[in-house]
Amino acid sequence: MASQKQERRLTFLATALPPIGWVVVFFLAPLAIVWAYSFGQNVSLTEVDISGTFANYARALQPLYLGIFLKSIFIAALTTLLCLIIGFPVALAIVFAEERWRPWLLLLVMLPFWTNLLIRTYALIAVLRTNGFANFTLEWLWDQGSWLMTLVGLEPLGEFTPMQLLYNNFAVVFGLVYVHLPFMVLPLYAALDRIDKSLMEASLDLGAGHLRTLFSIVVPLALPGIISGIIITFVPALGAYLTPDLLGGPDSQMIANVIERQFKRANDWPFGAALSFLLMYATFAVIALRAYLARGKSADGHGI
Amino acid sequence: MAKQRAPLEYNRRWQMRLWLFLVFFFLYAPLMALIAFSFNNSKRNIVWQGFTLDYYRKLFNNDSLMIAFANSLTIAFLATLISLVIGTLAAVLLWRYRFPGKTAVEGAFTLPLVVPEICMGVSMLLFFTRVLPWPNDLTWPFNLGSIVIAHVSFCFPFVALVVRARLASFNKEQEEAARDLGANDWQAFRDVLIPHIRPALIAGGLLAFTLSLDDFVITFFTAGPDTITFPVKVYSMLRFSVTPEVNAASTMLILITVVLMIIMMVMQNRAQKKAKE
Amino acid sequence: MSAVDQPAPNGARAAAIKPIIGFRNISKRWGSMHAVDNVSLDIEPGEFFALLGPSGCGKTTLLRMLAGLEVPTEGHVLIDGQDMSDIPPNKRAVNMVFQSYAVFPHMTVADNVAYGLKIDRVPQSERDNRVQEALDLVQLGHLASRMPDQLSGGQRQRVALARALIKKPKVLLLDEPLSALDAKLREAMRFELSQLQQKVGITFIMVTHDQDEALAIASRIAVMNKGSIAQLGTPSDLYEFPASRFVADFIGSVNMFEGTLISDKPEEATVACPDLSPYVVHVPHSVAGQEESTVWVAIRPEKMSLHKDAETPPAVSKCPAAHNVAKGEIKEISYLGDISIFHVMLANGRLLRISRPNRSRWDQDDFTWGETVWVSWDGSSPVVLQS
Repeated sequence: MASQKQERRLTFLATALPPIGWVVVFFLAPLAIVWAYSFGQNVSLTEVDISGTFANYARALQPLYLGIFLKSIFIAALTTLLCLIIGFPVALAIVFAEERWRPWLLLLVMLPFWTNLLIRTYALIAVLRTNGFANFTLEWLWDQGSWLMTLVGLEPLGEFTPMQLLYNNFAVVFGLVYVHLPFMVLPLYAALDRIDKSLMEASLDLGAGHLRTLFSIVVPLALPGIISGIIITFVPALGAYLTPDLLGGPDSQMIANVIERQFKRANDWPFGAALSFLLMYATFAVIALRAYLARGKSADGHGI
Repeated sequence: MAKQRAPLEYNRRWQMRLWLFLVFFFLYAPLMALIAFSFNNSKRNIVWQGFTLDYYRKLFNNDSLMIAFANSLTIAFLATLISLVIGTLAAVLLWRYRFPGKTAVEGAFTLPLVVPEICMGVSMLLFFTRVLPWPNDLTWPFNLGSIVIAHVSFCFPFVALVVRARLASFNKEQEEAARDLGANDWQAFRDVLIPHIRPALIAGGLLAFTLSLDDFVITFFTAGPDTITFPVKVYSMLRFSVTPEVNAASTMLILITVVLMIIMMVMQNRAQKKAKE
Repeated sequence: MSAVDQPAPNGARAAAIKPIIGFRNISKRWGSMHAVDNVSLDIEPGEFFALLGPSGCGKTTLLRMLAGLEVPTEGHVLIDGQDMSDIPPNKRAVNMVFQSYAVFPHMTVADNVAYGLKIDRVPQSERDNRVQEALDLVQLGHLASRMPDQLSGGQRQRVALARALIKKPKVLLLDEPLSALDAKLREAMRFELSQLQQKVGITFIMVTHDQDEALAIASRIAVMNKGSIAQLGTPSDLYEFPASRFVADFIGSVNMFEGTLISDKPEEATVACPDLSPYVVHVPHSVAGQEESTVWVAIRPEKMSLHKDAETPPAVSKCPAAHNVAKGEIKEISYLGDISIFHVMLANGRLLRISRPNRSRWDQDDFTWGETVWVSWDGSSPVVLQS
């Protein structure tokens, strides 16, 4: 039955070649070029000599860039923590919401997730800028407070000075939490939704209070989902470009902004390539850590 | 009467409701403000000055913005089509066959999901300037080719993910039955497998479309001066100055997203109802 | 509370057994759906009580309101005389064995069982002793360090039992305890459950949809239908003296005939059933209900006998001639080993179900398919129902 064997072979090739070819030519090859560039040096304005030098990596580990790296990790970690604290009760409330409300609440979480990142960041600028909505509301409250003070016979509060809410580290973390919150809520929801409610009921039935049930039953059982949520939030936050670029000040640059500068302005591509690969290694390290934590456990079905 | 709430009905506690309300306010207030002030009859002020459609009129008369908009939609459409084909093949490949190096291939297909956007953007920039310089003088829409290729590279793994999840519920005996009744590989694929994964194709297609429409960073590195997309255009306008015109443009894009989401919800509901019957 | 401990001043009150559980006009509504509709019920200490009914009858809701996992829309739940309206589930002296067992998958068997004691801050040494004791009670002493996913369904259920019993609850609640087990194991566990209950001396309340299970284990049963209690009684009460068509039909199988009460005297009542015409049903006692009213006659399959065809109807003891008989043709015989079930079709097409024990090895050959037979029953066998 050679013909049938041949037909099978053809079917296999027709299935395998397009995706493998695409991923090799249009994804792996470009990455390989970046990798190669990271060992090169500029010889003229447009020419790069791939000489195998480690100078770019050495430069990336200088205190200036190492500091930016550590700061990026810190900001991403802080963002992740805030998302977890804000998102966990939201996921819990959606899991226990009535059947008919649940799809709508999920839609409300997902809609910003689908909305253009640039637009969402832009919307935050309008809220946070010096004459934006946040300061506008604060001023109104200030005036009310001032009025109340005069009412009880005290000196008024004096002139309101708008707060500097934009172009600083606060704005970057605020923006990153705003952008990444849905990334956290969705895996948490998936994990909490799969917990058998009767386990929580059994815990209550055996005398445990709600907090005790939360920490000794719900959190351990939802742990794979919590870790997924942490990774799914942390990885893009670490590589965030747009949020620090638009909301941050001169001192709140993250690693992605430095990379962009090497390619678009400083024109030091080999150094940018080295920074890119350091960022990739950091990302892979986080993902490998997750795989290490999940070892031996059966696949939980919503990893990344 | 005693409290009416069962112990596990966390959603009925007022603290939880307040929390939900605050979080949704946090998520939506900026967007609502943005939409509302696209109709505000004032250039700068954040105080409501009256309703106007002026900025939408200006928007439609702004040629460069409209071209960017058309570019974005064209790129999203083409990238979605190619991603559907490549992604479906990738899913079927991993689902059906065992072959040497399968783990590596699987890893390569999931890699684009985790590689930071900035790294991917940089790699595309290098690739399209140093290896495969994309000619500048091609006619529309071929001049968008490099951006479409870059978008497919990060969209198709999402399609593959969704389709593969759906394939897991496919009963292989259906395909064997088709073969038993005389269908060849292609006919069995077309008549049995494709109808089964259709919901995943729709979901994956919409996912790819929104991802492509949404992308700024990767496009930022691949776009040339004549191939501006909508987010890149808005970005440069933002850098320049914040005008209600940008609000109007953003509102249009939000509207497109909402419509796509509603289509997806309706489709899913319909599929669920069908599954129940 | 102190009044309970002191000798009661009123002798009559002391004599009556104080119920351990009291439901007082309990209702539970979800929107317009009445899950439980105005139920009042007392359960006495030491009972093995069963709530029996088809799915959706409200039995599980009633049990969950007792545990505090649902809050009644109206009415009160009393445990040991104390109103539970404001007491959350973790403060109630009842424990539950869940239908899915709800064994915590991330804890060992011993940790599962110890969970309730840890919450009560029982010291380590006492805790260890009591865990071992509880595990021995359910014969799981040797599996203390296993994880739940290494256990069979039956073993997981024992863990759930030990975990609930270790708290020494006033009442143990069991939600469909045997439904997830296979048939053989279910049979064995019935026996074990009632042994266990006698050993620990705690009141057990079980929810089940399986009438065999309820009849086999429970000392008293409440049959529920559509949120209300249809009948309350011992297993034999419910089987032999059902109060309604629902109970007669739900417990065991029954042949039911609609008819008209034609005479009702102190020692004798007769019912004319169109299905049995020209013969009538005779019972040697009076029945409730007016003459000429519509009633239903229910007769259990094992209380009917088969007779070979003859010219005249067979004589039935304590009955006038031509009473309590029917003539038909055997359409189907199911041989089940211990008994055979005969389906007899009457002249008007109505099918009767008659069961007959196979006392000797050749009994099943007595009657064959297609044979014309007489069916008869004793005057004391039929139950006449008003509703």
